[in-house]
Amino acid sequence: MRVNVTVNGSEETVDDVWEGESLLYMLRERMGLPGSKNACEQGECGSCTVYLDGVTACACLVAAGQAEGREVRTVEGLAEGQPGDERLDPVQQAFVEAGAVQCGFCTPGLVVQAHDLIERTPEPSDAEIREALAGNLCRCTGYEKILDAVRLAARRKAAPK
Amino acid sequence: MEFLRPVTWADALEAKHETPAALPVQGGTDVMVEINFDVRRPAALLDLNRVRELAEWDEADGRMRIGAGVPYARVIGELGDRLPGLAQASRTVGSPQIRNRGSIGGNLGAASPAGDAHPPLLAGDAVIEVESAERGVRMIPATEFYLGVKRNALEPDELIRAVWTAPASGPQYFSKIGTRNAMVIAVCSFAVALHPEERRVGTGVGSAAPTPRRATAAEEFISHELDWDGRGPLSESAARRFGELVREAAAPIDDVRGTAGYRRHALAVMARRTLTWAWNDHRAERREAS
Repeated sequence: MRVNVTVNGSEETVDDVWEGESLLYMLRERMGLPGSKNACEQGECGSCTVYLDGVTACACLVAAGQAEGREVRTVEGLAEGQPGDERLDPVQQAFVEAGAVQCGFCTPGLVVQAHDLIERTPEPSDAEIREALAGNLCRCTGYEKILDAVRLAARRKAAPK
Repeated sequence: MEFLRPVTWADALEAKHETPAALPVQGGTDVMVEINFDVRRPAALLDLNRVRELAEWDEADGRMRIGAGVPYARVIGELGDRLPGLAQASRTVGSPQIRNRGSIGGNLGAASPAGDAHPPLLAGDAVIEVESAERGVRMIPATEFYLGVKRNALEPDELIRAVWTAPASGPQYFSKIGTRNAMVIAVCSFAVALHPEERRVGTGVGSAAPTPRRATAAEEFISHELDWDGRGPLSESAARRFGELVREAAAPIDDVRGTAGYRRHALAVMARRTLTWAWNDHRAERREAS
């Protein structure tokens, strides 16, 4: 089947999508957007977190056909500017600086979910950060540096420009 | 596989009538797992995301009608004051991403004995509104909706339209056992709702029998035992007896998440605690009012 979807601001048409296929598969395998990671395929790990009409979801649990006519924003759509001249989103920059990345597999999902948290709750408490990231598993870092990164990003976003 | 995308409720009913084997998908948090892992290959998926009225709730004549597509995140954010038991249960579902997509209707459609919405729906005397193109609306009390493990009372051509329940008339609590505070399928769960105007206590037991169920004997015992007029304290012995009767209402099994014995024990503890919280709230309410 054909799916028309806006991804990272760009209207796209994707053909030959299997009816039982997930949005994650369509993004990664048909649209050349491998940022969202495929790990558990059952919503447990959060590695495939994307925005669907402004609300975060596990892309592995959204049927590709359900994205018809809707807006998807993936981790690839967070940075501003063109390739080669990109400005990382403050959440991405904070992950780099805080050393919140080890193997990196969980990072895209965590970045999107943390981005959403800070958009909705500009000055999150530690409890709010933990709650917001409860569905994103990281098996390397022990989470402490990730929490540091989210606190840093929130501070910077809240600081007067 | 076909992918059906009705935009109106009438079209959705028509599609289900024409293709009864179509599997309705709302948030996908159950359905897509089964498809991803190749344990289910339905003839068609019936996407209900586009049917706007399913994502709405309203309140009329003292009853709440919650559309089958209202996700847990909105139950928590918008209905926490009117339906605290259901909101508490919703808050324990999965993770934020899952709560953004998963819905009450999906929980009912899957009819897992471990579904978190079921105990508060039972405790709150919920009624499930289902509909078919051919025979119209059927109102099914929650107590008659769950027929077996992952089996419900829906006919092949029916879809779940909404859940009806009264806004809380007294304190409500939900409690759940799991290995951590997120991404947990209930080992067992319990919901209690006080209905002070009717001098009655409602209960719901989750993940401790082939279906979610009420603990009827426990409800009858404690409804007579409580001092509804004087709002006197709940005796320890009555709370303990209530817990025992809830435990006896369960028919759990040993499985990967826990043993039957553990579930029975945990249910007795949760029942005693949640009842105590609810009754103490009820008593405090009077003190505030006076």
